Amino acid sequence: MIDTIFAQATAPGRAAVAVIRVSGPSAFAALERLAGRRPPDRVASVRWLREPDGSVIDQALALCFPGPGSFTGEDVVELQVHGSPAVMRGLLAALGEMPGLRAAEAGEFSRRALMNARLDLAQVEGLGDLLAAETGAQLRQAATLMSGAYSARTGMWREALVGALALIEASIDFADDDLPDDVLAPVAGMLGGVLADLRAELRGRSAAERLREGFEVALVGAPNTGKSTLLNAIAGREVAITSERAGTTRDVLEVRLDLRGLPVTLLDMAGVRATDDEIERIGVDRAVARAAAADMRVFLVEPGEDAPSGIARQEGDLLLRPKADLSPHGGGVSGLTGAGVPELLRAIADELEPRAQGASSTSHLRQAQAITAAALAIETALAGLDRIESELVAEDVRTALRSLDFLIGKVDVEAVLDVIFRDFCLGK
Amino acid sequence: MKHHDYDVIVVGGGHAGTEAALVAARMGARVVLVTHRFDRIGEMSCNPAIGGLGKGHIVREVDALDGVMGRAADAAGIQFRLLNRKKGPAAQGPRTQADRALYRAAIQGFIRAERNVEVLEDEVVDLIVEAGAARGVRTLSDLAVRAGSVVLTTGTFLRGRIHIGEESWPAGRVGDPAAERLAQRVADLALPLGRLKTGTPPRLRRDSIDWGVLETQLADMDPTMLSFLSKAPSVSQIACGVTHTTERTHEIIRANLQRSAVHGGHIGGSGPRYCPSIEDKVVRFAEKASHQIFLEPEGLSDDTIYPNGISTSLPADVQLAMVRTMQGLENAEIVRPGYAIEYDYVDPRALEATLAVKVLPGLYLAGQINGTTGYEEAAGQGVLAGINAARWARSQAGITLSRSESVIGVMIDDLVTKGVTEPYRMFTSRAEYRLRLRADNADQRLTPVGLDLGCVGGSRREAFLSKINDLNAAEAALLAISVTPSEASALGIEVNADGIRRTALDLFAFTGGSVEAVRAAFPELATHEPAVIEQLKRQATYAPYLERQRVQVAQMRRDEAVRLPDSLDYESMPGLSNELREKLTQVRPTTLGQAGRIEGMNPATLALLLVRMRQAAAGRTA
Repeated sequence: MIDTIFAQATAPGRAAVAVIRVSGPSAFAALERLAGRRPPDRVASVRWLREPDGSVIDQALALCFPGPGSFTGEDVVELQVHGSPAVMRGLLAALGEMPGLRAAEAGEFSRRALMNARLDLAQVEGLGDLLAAETGAQLRQAATLMSGAYSARTGMWREALVGALALIEASIDFADDDLPDDVLAPVAGMLGGVLADLRAELRGRSAAERLREGFEVALVGAPNTGKSTLLNAIAGREVAITSERAGTTRDVLEVRLDLRGLPVTLLDMAGVRATDDEIERIGVDRAVARAAAADMRVFLVEPGEDAPSGIARQEGDLLLRPKADLSPHGGGVSGLTGAGVPELLRAIADELEPRAQGASSTSHLRQAQAITAAALAIETALAGLDRIESELVAEDVRTALRSLDFLIGKVDVEAVLDVIFRDFCLGK
Repeated sequence: MKHHDYDVIVVGGGHAGTEAALVAARMGARVVLVTHRFDRIGEMSCNPAIGGLGKGHIVREVDALDGVMGRAADAAGIQFRLLNRKKGPAAQGPRTQADRALYRAAIQGFIRAERNVEVLEDEVVDLIVEAGAARGVRTLSDLAVRAGSVVLTTGTFLRGRIHIGEESWPAGRVGDPAAERLAQRVADLALPLGRLKTGTPPRLRRDSIDWGVLETQLADMDPTMLSFLSKAPSVSQIACGVTHTTERTHEIIRANLQRSAVHGGHIGGSGPRYCPSIEDKVVRFAEKASHQIFLEPEGLSDDTIYPNGISTSLPADVQLAMVRTMQGLENAEIVRPGYAIEYDYVDPRALEATLAVKVLPGLYLAGQINGTTGYEEAAGQGVLAGINAARWARSQAGITLSRSESVIGVMIDDLVTKGVTEPYRMFTSRAEYRLRLRADNADQRLTPVGLDLGCVGGSRREAFLSKINDLNAAEAALLAISVTPSEASALGIEVNADGIRRTALDLFAFTGGSVEAVRAAFPELATHEPAVIEQLKRQATYAPYLERQRVQVAQMRRDEAVRLPDSLDYESMPGLSNELREKLTQVRPTTLGQAGRIEGMNPATLALLLVRMRQAAAGRTA
């Protein structure tokens, strides 16, 4: 049996109506779980969609198209809901938690339709252009995922899983070689480390939370460069304690904004500087970590000065002159006068909007699903480590890697062999 | 001058060439095998062993298609060992040391006995191309041999060059000339060529070794044969000696590194990482004080010992000094020094998965010419190339083996999709469906395929059908028995106390579910052979995992069924990243499944390929 997939069919962002499509053998069952009774085939019917706990998500127009006479050739459900990002995210999260359902990959609906020969040539022509655009979006999405909050951790997960698999595979494929007796000893530790990380990831942010979170933008600058004043100006209220003394802001403060329908959280970092003050140092460390993991950074730096140490400038970040009110040259941004604030917000939205097209809420959901599946496979591998044949443990680790393909990129067996040949002297 | 007409010409008498010639002959093709000397057909140019992990799997698959490597190895086997005996069946690989002379004799016997194969002792120097297809070869003695198809299995002979220390000369292997003119002809086809290297250790004189002081490695008490048709070894079994390199060995190697052909910079090609020279081992793993060396007799009545683990291209005098630093080898004599050999290979991405050369229909390549290493890898390709050469000669469509049904299929798909950067060797870890692609069930997977193709002879057909009957009968008997968890635990088999009745077959997946325990518990199983039940147990061991993989396999087969037309123009296709455009142009995948295995591929691009495929198909019919 093949997976049932779902995705938002309309463009992300605020709109009057948004459409979600579900396709596959469990599509109708999914609708019944959301809406109770299923409407008659091909008849638009009004239904209340609810979470499993009974709370209402939205009122929707639901349509059922039984396969093979549907768009994809499979059973298809189409839900037309109100186009608010919150409704969308809630609905996608609810679908993602159902067994046998997963968020579609870009182009997957079209691929199923093509496989089942459900498109005429004219439609195929049009689809070609659409897909050409979609692959571009997917490339951006992959780049965003890899450069964002996940990059450092996913790199470590990948390395640990490939390393563990390399040891197991070495014990199978090079059994006749001069391997150390305890070649499998480090495997439990390597797998355990990844599992703990994955669990922490899942505890920290449930799928739904991640969906509602949106983008994080960090304001970064040396102490006393007017970050908090700027934040207050944007928020329109006193959220940060501001003072003339350096190091006043001792924690990360957040302001939630709606920029052209995009949920954006603006983070005010503690001023980044070397310090002997224990409490301030904790604040600085925290700021550095959070700023590095944010989706983008706005650096407030005097002309000719370097960005604060410890926070690397990444592609898409903004560099602005702070306290523009004190500058005779104009330009920059000032929280005090409000000068440059609308321009700053526009620049942030311009940068994030294309990313939202690519890295839709669906991709956040897919991250959560991938992590859940990988954690499960690693648990199985760990449980079997001392009890079952190593080729089965290898199978579980491979499953974990496959689940994380979406996050860490595909791991080819060559990567595993590279580690084996790097670490062991093989070949009689 | 015209010689004769054949269906298939096979160039080369090594492990790829003999399997290619014999399988084509079994399918009824008239075959001529062109090689320098009949008496070197079936030569084991390097280590005197057949099989191993991944490799033993290929031998069983060749055997399942009625190839000869397994039977020849069984006839010549002098030390049978089943590797990973303590692990599960998917990790086990049969292997044997083989008597070089007996192996050659066995292979030559198969060639002589095959009426459809003629052997021509000559050197091929040119290809005959007519109407854009390979139609024959020209030889050194100016014969023009014509046929429907040509299989090239030239091993390391294409511009082969041997290196020992600072000396080097052209050669295909020690004692045989390189194929310079044929290499030029292949280069003229504008096929992408690369350079690889490999090496072999010095051979030692048996009597010069002090065997008394050495540890030994023995054959299995209960030998596992390479061929499904063999029952027991044909000749007596021997032990191998084991010695170790010493600090002194490493000192000598380090002091002479600049005189090594490989380390002195005389050779450019890439060598295999899994079979490094002793120079490589000492340099790359400097912290390792000693390396294990196996002393393997090359035959029962052969005075030559193969010291497995000291492949080298150091000068001959240094080789002797180095060898004599090891225990038992203090007075050893070298019969023939070790050497490195570099040779041309064809980038296998220039091939279809049928092993046909894309730009020259009717020409097939198999073995080391495709960048692989190993007798078994060569034999596996030889069988597929031979099948397709025979089919092409009678205007039948080419066949391929899928990654989900055979290890040979995994190897060929890897080769034609990813190319090689070092000599390609098979490992079980390369097979994503390793639990299915076991050595024990190669006949169940592939003999039916061989029967359909007409490459399986009568006696194997009978043996196979009778085995399948026995398996079916025993399976029915096991399925007819069911027990409760408490009944199972009374038999000493630990199953979950969940109240679910399980069949006797299910019990094999649980601890304590041995063939002996199950057979003893149910007298009605007494009429079924333990070996037959053992085979059913192997399948049952992996049942839950195999069930889970079924979805993936179905998905893969669905994508493999979608053929991408040759007319797809990746250069002008919008929506491709430059990286994928380049890779697609280079590989030119023949199916959607193969396209999906290209590194960096993504689902949207696959959908895009489907669209273009539909458009191309519509364009043709319009």
